[in-house]
Amino acid sequence: MSNTYYEPSDLRKFGNITEWNEELGKKFFDYYNSIFEEGALSAREKSLIALAVSHVVKCPYCIDAYTQDGLKRGITKEEMMEAVHAGAAIESGATLVHSVQMMNKYKKLSM
Amino acid sequence: MQLKSLKNRENELANAKRQLEILSNGIFQNEELPTFRSKLKTQNKFPLQPKPLEILQINIGYMCNQVCAHCHVDAGPDRKEIMTRETMLQCLEVIKQTGVHTLDLTGGAPEMNPHFRWFVEQATKVGVNDIIVRSNLTIITANKKYHDLPEFFKTHNVHVISSMPHWTEDKTDKQRGDGVFNASIKALKMLNEVGYGIPNSKLKLDLVYNPSGAFLPGDQAALETDFKKALSEKFDVHFHNLFSITNLPISRFLDYLIASENYEDYMYSLVEAFNPAAVDNVMCTNTLSVSWDGWLYDCDFNQMLELKVDSSVQHIRDFNKDTLNKRTICISQHCYGCTAGAGSSCQGTIT
Repeated sequence: MSNTYYEPSDLRKFGNITEWNEELGKKFFDYYNSIFEEGALSAREKSLIALAVSHVVKCPYCIDAYTQDGLKRGITKEEMMEAVHAGAAIESGATLVHSVQMMNKYKKLSM
Repeated sequence: MQLKSLKNRENELANAKRQLEILSNGIFQNEELPTFRSKLKTQNKFPLQPKPLEILQINIGYMCNQVCAHCHVDAGPDRKEIMTRETMLQCLEVIKQTGVHTLDLTGGAPEMNPHFRWFVEQATKVGVNDIIVRSNLTIITANKKYHDLPEFFKTHNVHVISSMPHWTEDKTDKQRGDGVFNASIKALKMLNEVGYGIPNSKLKLDLVYNPSGAFLPGDQAALETDFKKALSEKFDVHFHNLFSITNLPISRFLDYLIASENYEDYMYSLVEAFNPAAVDNVMCTNTLSVSWDGWLYDCDFNQMLELKVDSSVQHIRDFNKDTLNKRTICISQHCYGCTAGAGSSCQGTIT
């Protein structure tokens, strides 16, 4: 066992999750792979969405995977950073929109 | 960025034997990853043997005006290996005998060989269908004596294939050197002006895409669409096809992989992306590589690893098609680079 919770080389072993539940693992990977094919959105657009979400859910494996995926697709660092900001905007917005609740409560409790 | 070759710096990776050791040690020696040979065996594709010869790829010298970070030739201004006219005559004789349909001239910068223009002129007379010159583009703008290369290429209907790792300046210059992107765009415009790369033009101009880092190339068709859009919109530059080529872990790219601690991950990516269908079309099955001094190799990469063809005929002067066609192709772990994903060759993907 490693002394850290995250081991970069564990990403290579992602596929091994099917070993302990083949049916569900296979269903997940079939679904996962279908999602990232060309569709109404291009595979390139979906790669950028995945990169933004990777940051929002703070998954280091996903960040490694979708930075590499973006490089393979020729996505520029400017595009990658903008995508991360889009994710960050929603995440910080989600925090800040709750401040309306704080303001409401403040007003209700105050004379 | 280094401005000297590994050889000039006396770097241990200038030594072919050392490179082959690295490629056989570590993760391959402890069987964490299968060797290329065992991978082929599990697919019943070992040994790898040639099909009829179609392409003669001739490396006419390692001298180059650039020192690209990923160069598998370790080319640069300090390399003095240059093919002589005598060896070129031997190559022409072989072309006449064998009826190969494609002559693929590479380097270094092939244009820097003093006999380059003579050789191209002679080659047009011996009946090959396609004469490829792998031009790094910047050579065209590097010196006044090269400014007329687009006209020269046009006169001899040369097929120009040029490298361009990205449509942005920073990524291109990081791989190929400061100022290379702008000089390349200028050279592409000069080629476009004489008719190269224009839609429906018979003057073929193709681009080669090599990833500028420790990752595999993405989908060739998607990259071509993106390159065409960006180069046309931003620079009014046109080309025909984009060939996406995987960087093989040898020479300067191997040096980079090790120094950046990407070597193991990169080898894992190559092995994981192994595609049995690509094995059937790897370029060593229809191409022979000739070095500046006339030795024969299964491919340009094996040339740099000094793995001469495994045959009683090893030099262009002794060329014998039938003997060579019975040989077994020399392999090592770098070969995974040609079988990853959609496969890779000097003509791009192979599946």
